[in-house]
Amino acid sequence: MLNNKKFRDPALIKKIVDDLNNWKKPIKIMEVCGSHTMAIGHWGIRKLLPPSIQLISGPGCPVCVTPSSLIDELIKLKGVTIATFGDLIRVPGKEETLEQARAKGLDIKLIYSPLEALKLAEKKQVVFVGIGFETTIPGIAQTIFLAAKQKQFNFSVFPAFKLVPPALDALLSTEDIELDGFLLPGHVSVIIGSESYDLLPEKFGIGGVVTGFEPLDILRAVKLLTNQISKDNPQIINEYNRVVDSSGNKIAKQIIEEILQVEDALWRGIGWIPDSGMGIKEKYAEFDAAKKYNITLKDEEGNTGCRCADVLKGKIIPPECPLFEKVCTPAHPIGPCMVSSEGSCAAYYKYER
Amino acid sequence: MCLAIPAQVVQKDGEKGYVNLGGARKEVMFTFTPEVEKGDWVLIHTGFALNVISEEDAEETLKLFDELGTIQDEMELENKNVEQ
Repeated sequence: MLNNKKFRDPALIKKIVDDLNNWKKPIKIMEVCGSHTMAIGHWGIRKLLPPSIQLISGPGCPVCVTPSSLIDELIKLKGVTIATFGDLIRVPGKEETLEQARAKGLDIKLIYSPLEALKLAEKKQVVFVGIGFETTIPGIAQTIFLAAKQKQFNFSVFPAFKLVPPALDALLSTEDIELDGFLLPGHVSVIIGSESYDLLPEKFGIGGVVTGFEPLDILRAVKLLTNQISKDNPQIINEYNRVVDSSGNKIAKQIIEEILQVEDALWRGIGWIPDSGMGIKEKYAEFDAAKKYNITLKDEEGNTGCRCADVLKGKIIPPECPLFEKVCTPAHPIGPCMVSSEGSCAAYYKYER
Repeated sequence: MCLAIPAQVVQKDGEKGYVNLGGARKEVMFTFTPEVEKGDWVLIHTGFALNVISEEDAEETLKLFDELGTIQDEMELENKNVEQ
């Protein structure tokens, strides 16, 4: 019987926390995954760590980095059902959210699995919004594969996928960001494998630990990073080996390879990042909503005063944004980091005030 | 968004099957994990099993927590990583 409770053992947590509280040198560790952001808030991990160890949130929530022009383009679609994961419907477009457009009659279906969208396509034209990182991509790629097999031409996917390692590469290449280590995403790594992050120590001299979502996982990853930092020996360590291996899931990768190809992607608040997303291969063009409905995305984030972009880059923490808590709240989100429950601002609002 | 939930396999007929997800029977595709068997623990995300969770490795990790030596457990982890 798999027992996750053991990963919450107070005695063990105390042991690691006591040990970490001896750490003196100021360091910044970035968690890259929205689920880690939530877990750190939920378990109160920031309060357990000494002031010398600062945890900051990176661009780890695919909903938060969805450009507003995607929302605008979806709202313009006529005569189709838009199928999407629920996280997306409160993301602001330039004028409104999908939820607000739905109130005016836009046909939107919230689903748990892309397979449900394929089922819906038996009765009507369906556009599935392909948002997600490497965790979510294989399931959507497999659904496109099944659509082709069933010749279900009512079904198409708008590819808005994002890839984690290229984003980290771009973040570290273009921005003047002081970072000492990464907490690397557990479930993205299930698919791509821990070796996908080798560029961090090799190219940038920064180490990382692939870790899980239990408090002991996160604390232990921080501990392993402090060990590396003290020895000036940056490397990638897989702490989550009960779930992740070094090379990832071969079959999932094959399916991705069959259906999709690496392309540039537009990240809200960051702009275009080369080779950081995926598009649908020509062979499956009939299932590509971008081609079918002639949709192109533009980088046109309005100036709301929202500093989500700087939050995503780890330059500021959410309370440093002038809108945070004052005008931007989970009930009235201005920026995407407040919209998704996994966004840094929403997590701060909920747990860190 | 990338949250995947551990669940136990209760039935498997080729590529399709069912897991016990917090007491509910949920249909799941085993496209990416053809090797799983009834009783295995898998990670579920958007209707697909992403991989099999190793209970041995989970126990092993917990043992390391318990021993919390500073250098030693990191060495063990690094060696483990090399072995993979």
